[in-house]
Amino acid sequence: MSQVVEAPVEVEEPTFEDDRVVDRPWVVIVWNDPINLMSYVTLVLQQLFGYSRTRATKLMLQVHNEGKAVVSSGTQEKAELDVSRLHAHGLWATMQQD
Amino acid sequence: MARIRRGISTKRDGTFRVRLPADERDVLAALPAQLRDALDAEEPTLFRLFPPAYVDDAAANADYARLVGSSLLDGKLRALEQLERTAHAETLTEDDLRSWLGALESLRLALGTQLDVTEESYGPLDPSDPDAPRRALYHWLSWLQEEVVQALSAATG
Repeated sequence: MSQVVEAPVEVEEPTFEDDRVVDRPWVVIVWNDPINLMSYVTLVLQQLFGYSRTRATKLMLQVHNEGKAVVSSGTQEKAELDVSRLHAHGLWATMQQD
Repeated sequence: MARIRRGISTKRDGTFRVRLPADERDVLAALPAQLRDALDAEEPTLFRLFPPAYVDDAAANADYARLVGSSLLDGKLRALEQLERTAHAETLTEDDLRSWLGALESLRLALGTQLDVTEESYGPLDPSDPDAPRRALYHWLSWLQEEVVQALSAATG
């Protein structure tokens, strides 16, 4: 889908601050919870993000020991997609701008 | 003495063998309908199945729920139906087993929330606890999900 936007007569120059707000990446966080099995969280991270067993295990342990871990990052759209895939697998995930 | 093997193992042809007694399979076949009823009733204990995406933004969460809510629910219902249909099967395809995994996840999230499970809840059961039967069911679902995870992990590498 595309959207046709007419060029405005006056162009407002974006400020440096605006740029930073737009460009700051979103991060996806998985939170520790008492129900999800450690082995299950590792498997889901491997399958959804293509992480190696070693990397997925490291992230899972960070969630377990520190309460949360950043598992992916990117645009708001990508983060929302990743969060929804994690939710589809029962993980407790949220997103925020870094 | 015979050693009775229970659980899920990988077969050479890429399918999975399920060794479970018939009464346990009856439980597996019956649980999806119970969770469907709870989902129809929109019971508040099911909030872990549909978590918010944003920590502190009600408007963004409402948008998110509108966008993905029904597909999340559809996915969970499909997995429950597939578990129901294959609960008595001796052999499962990988697709079946992934549905078992998803259905067991939903069942454990719902039951674990109702029982207010903590990380200390995985010890021995207290027989005087009025929730003991449901806690036993939760532990059994946890064991079975672990079996499924191990079988799929072995297949994934």
